[in-house]
Amino acid sequence: MNITTETVKEIDGVKLHQIKTDKYKTNTIVWKMKAPLSKDTVTLRALLPHVLESSSAAYPTTAKLRAYLDELYGASLYVDLSKKGEYHIISMTIEMANEKFLSDQTPLLRKAFELLSELLLHPLSNNGAFDREVVESEKRTLKQRIQAVNDDKMRYANLRLVQEMCKDEAYALHVHGELDDLPLITESSLYHYYEKALAEDELDLYMIGDIDTNEVEQYVRELLPLKTRPIKEASIARANDLIEPETIKEEQDVKQAKLNIGYRTGITYGDPEYSALQIFNGIFGGFSHSKLFINVREKASLAYYVASRLESHKGLLMVMSGIDNNSYGQATSIIEEQLEEMQKGAFTEEEITQTKAVIQNQMLETMDTARGVAEVLYHNIVSQQKMDLTEWMNGMEAVTKEDIITVAKKVQLDTIYFLHGKEVQK
Amino acid sequence: MEQIAFDQLQEKLYYEKMANGLDVYVLPKNGFNKTFATFTTKYGSIDNHFVPLDKNEPVKVPDGIAHFLEHKMFEKEDGDVFQQFSRQGASANAFTSFTRTAYLFSSTSNVQENLTTLIDFVQDPYFTKETVEKEKGIIGQEITMYDDNPDWRLYYGLIANLYHHHPVKIDIAGTIESISHITKDMLYECYHTFYHPSNMLLFVVGPVDPEAIIAQVRENQASKSYSEQPAIDRIFDQEPQTVAETISTLRMNVQTPKCMVGIKTNDASQQGAEMLKKELSLNVMLDLLFGKSGQHYNDLYREGLIDDTFSYDYSQESGFGFAMIGGDTSDPNKLAEKVKEILLQSTNGANWDEAALQRSIKKKIGGFLRALNSPEYIANQFTRYSFNDMDLFQIVPFLEKLTLDDINEAAKELISEERMSVCQVLPK
Repeated sequence: MNITTETVKEIDGVKLHQIKTDKYKTNTIVWKMKAPLSKDTVTLRALLPHVLESSSAAYPTTAKLRAYLDELYGASLYVDLSKKGEYHIISMTIEMANEKFLSDQTPLLRKAFELLSELLLHPLSNNGAFDREVVESEKRTLKQRIQAVNDDKMRYANLRLVQEMCKDEAYALHVHGELDDLPLITESSLYHYYEKALAEDELDLYMIGDIDTNEVEQYVRELLPLKTRPIKEASIARANDLIEPETIKEEQDVKQAKLNIGYRTGITYGDPEYSALQIFNGIFGGFSHSKLFINVREKASLAYYVASRLESHKGLLMVMSGIDNNSYGQATSIIEEQLEEMQKGAFTEEEITQTKAVIQNQMLETMDTARGVAEVLYHNIVSQQKMDLTEWMNGMEAVTKEDIITVAKKVQLDTIYFLHGKEVQK
Repeated sequence: MEQIAFDQLQEKLYYEKMANGLDVYVLPKNGFNKTFATFTTKYGSIDNHFVPLDKNEPVKVPDGIAHFLEHKMFEKEDGDVFQQFSRQGASANAFTSFTRTAYLFSSTSNVQENLTTLIDFVQDPYFTKETVEKEKGIIGQEITMYDDNPDWRLYYGLIANLYHHHPVKIDIAGTIESISHITKDMLYECYHTFYHPSNMLLFVVGPVDPEAIIAQVRENQASKSYSEQPAIDRIFDQEPQTVAETISTLRMNVQTPKCMVGIKTNDASQQGAEMLKKELSLNVMLDLLFGKSGQHYNDLYREGLIDDTFSYDYSQESGFGFAMIGGDTSDPNKLAEKVKEILLQSTNGANWDEAALQRSIKKKIGGFLRALNSPEYIANQFTRYSFNDMDLFQIVPFLEKLTLDDINEAAKELISEERMSVCQVLPK
């Protein structure tokens, strides 16, 4: 087993995490900016990284910037946004070839840091405003990105469930922002927010590859001089008290109906019971040996996909499935029965062992990709923990059947969302 | 056992052909936790007209049968193979493409047991009338799921426009109607024709001892009796040069229109080095025309005709090959017109120069190195390349040798208005 060793150092405002390994042909930098999720900033944050990655002062057009990336052996540059609990996280990733595998041995890592610095600290701007044309064209693309969820019914059903389930919480906000806010954003309001985010966000940089850690530290000091700042904590939205479950049915022109069910667990990443919750999820619906797959798909032939997953920093359990318009009653009752079976302890020691093995396997596989390493280690930042992989493995190993039953009993149905076509028989 | 070293990439590949014809490749990847293995047959959705093993007359089988067979391989008399893999800490899966059916697992422990499970379950079919009937409901939901997916419909819609007869135009999963005709006897017939070891390739990549892996497979295969199989007779109709439809429009429940332009090649007979050179030349050419560092991409983006869903690609298999360019757009007619115009005027060679070519080649080399971080990429692509007599590890040397003449020649050969078609998905 190859356990990843992370060295962490705070360099003023940037927490630098280095993972030295020679298993990749590339070196990867993942830059993270974290702030509480809020209605006021969600659309600004969704737009900002796309403006930053489209050009800079030195590369004033996308064509020039992309030509430079191509020159650097197709360095890849991409940004994305995620919600982790009540936080909204901007990521920017630069991955570039390690020159030892090229016939051309020009060092590339310093260039990667220079580029990151250029994009983050020297955007194309003038008098406290971004370039107007860039902002307008990125607003247009963001609008299409927000709307795209409507054209992918699997994602749409998931989004609608979260909107209904968390309607009074920041968590209901769309990760790509809200359409209504878009027209209000200007090149100067976005620039103003950019300065604020750079001054106030919690900043983490993950460096994964065959690197010299002192050299990388020097690059961060020199090229990303950012002041220390206090960490802003999100207010935890609601306590897990007694829930009155709701059912929402929506009709659209679809052939396959989507059944998405949300539960609250009250357990989040870093809680002592989180390992047991992961194993619960694995036996219940996480895998192709799970109760949902066996009973909804293999036995009843109702679905092609049926699975459950955890929103780990929010404490939610989500079931998703695509079924026939007329299978609502049968599918919901089979799913409900499976949860009751879990709560009664109707699962074997073998299922527990099997699930532990598969979850541990999944974790080790995730640690084989540079992006996976950064994502796994970043859980510690969001949850303010310092768990390493060995502790995680041991925590998983120690879970007993009783622990899983205890957790199962905390799982409470919150909302059933059903998107169906016109053919449904009432 | 042969060893093939790639010094620049610092990789070493191990190979042996088993007595029954099975090709086995192992690529050790030290430092990785995961071992990934694929067991693939050269049999996909296009192989629907063939002479079955030990018969003389060709048969036509229902659309979607290769994919149906893939689903049914996981069920055995004593239960479900997924269960066995997860007891051994592995995750297993399978997929069917136009030309291949692949079974795979990944695991970070019990690699030897998992490998035996993989080989044994694929080499031991078990179909009954009841299990075949039960699967129709599950696959029916899979088909319905894709029916609602506009990107999927756009892609298959465009292929159906490009081809008159070639079975690549048929949906891989078939239709609810076509799969209703599938019986267990048909599944056995397809199985025995296409799952002979001499039509298959096993690839293992991960922190493994290559000699031990190859010895294990050798012993496993020696314990099973296979009689020698003649080459499989697959039948394809003659395909005209022109496209079947120049444009088609699908009305769906979407907010944003989608548009793709396709061109089919007039000659998909190449294999080996010739095919590798053609595929790489055409992909570099498309990158020169439509890449983010080029003028066209930036003009189209500024005009609001494309967004970050825009993509372009050329791929070929024995018997068919096509380029596809497009994505979400606010104006599907204008985008189609512009893309066609860019393609048609490109054959004069004015769109590229030596500097742009070298830049694009560098980009592709870097992209290939990045892909080599992925065991899944290596196993799946190596198999695809091998089934077409190409060598995945020759990509970099071939890229380094490409010239502007190669690009011009490839462009002239591919681009012709009569082989272009447009597919659009529009809001209802």
